[in-house]
Amino acid sequence: MKSDILKIANKKFKSRLIVGTGKYKNMKECAEAIKISGAEIVTVALRRVNISDKSKPLLMDYIDPKKIMYLPNTAGCFTSKDALRTLRLAREIGGWKLVKLEVLGDKKNLFPEMIETLKSTEVLTKEGFKVMVYCNDDPLMCKRLENSGAAAIMPLAAPIGSGLGIQNKTNIRILRKQTKVPLIIDAGIGQASDAVEAMEMGCDAVLINTAIAKAKDPFQMAESMKYAVLSGRKSFLSGRIMPNFQGSPTSPKEGLI
Amino acid sequence: MNKKNKIKIVVNGKILTVNLNFSLKNLIEKLKTPINKVAIELNEEIVDKKKLSKIFFKNKDKVEIVHFIGGG
Repeated sequence: MKSDILKIANKKFKSRLIVGTGKYKNMKECAEAIKISGAEIVTVALRRVNISDKSKPLLMDYIDPKKIMYLPNTAGCFTSKDALRTLRLAREIGGWKLVKLEVLGDKKNLFPEMIETLKSTEVLTKEGFKVMVYCNDDPLMCKRLENSGAAAIMPLAAPIGSGLGIQNKTNIRILRKQTKVPLIIDAGIGQASDAVEAMEMGCDAVLINTAIAKAKDPFQMAESMKYAVLSGRKSFLSGRIMPNFQGSPTSPKEGLI
Repeated sequence: MNKKNKIKIVVNGKILTVNLNFSLKNLIEKLKTPINKVAIELNEEIVDKKKLSKIFFKNKDKVEIVHFIGGG
């Protein structure tokens, strides 16, 4: 069998599951779930160091950035200015150039503010960042992002943390056809079948956080998502049979008594 | 210590009173910040971590020290 490698900005990955590191009970649980998921990329957020409580554990003590690629995000940013500031700081910590841009425009639904997102993508790309962009599923905006140098297009399946699954399958299919850079479903996955569906539609990867972190058993869900992504990908690559409304017998007629 | 030799700086939103000749390196040491795991901003400009000992605070300087935490 041919090896199936995911390439993002010339970096190669075996796993097509990207996981977030937020919302876990503690860092130990987060680290364990990531290990089980087999993910090679994890998203991380940038926040102030707690200067009054120095004993607080650091993410880097639990998840080694030398072993698992950190993908710094701009979660919580509502303007291009804030997003740029955040990612420049993230790069400063350890030279990260591959980043996840996420500029929100709506506090309730957490939908992306696409005008600010597009502006930020242009600026960051010029500064040498490889920008994976959280975006809506509008094919026109996604095309503009791609033309602006986005390293990956990451449309939402449904609002962040909603677990609703892929709401607009038609748009995701259109995006699959037109997108030349990796197409990654980011946000809205709720259960394994959602991840399978995304992969069967030909998406290059999925990004999951809440569905794993907030499951009653995050470890079991992490494993489930690992296999869902593998299963959906293999199903996509295998070339499925055409759906048919008529039955077709599986046993030969020849030799029938 | 004479009050004249003291200045106020804001570190991650908290006001700290420090000596006039206090450097960014002194601050990082005081806070026991693991330097290779953070990025530092002084008045919204990113600071080169190699030059910490050469940067001395002025009154009302704003410092941000950030690191990675869990996020989606």
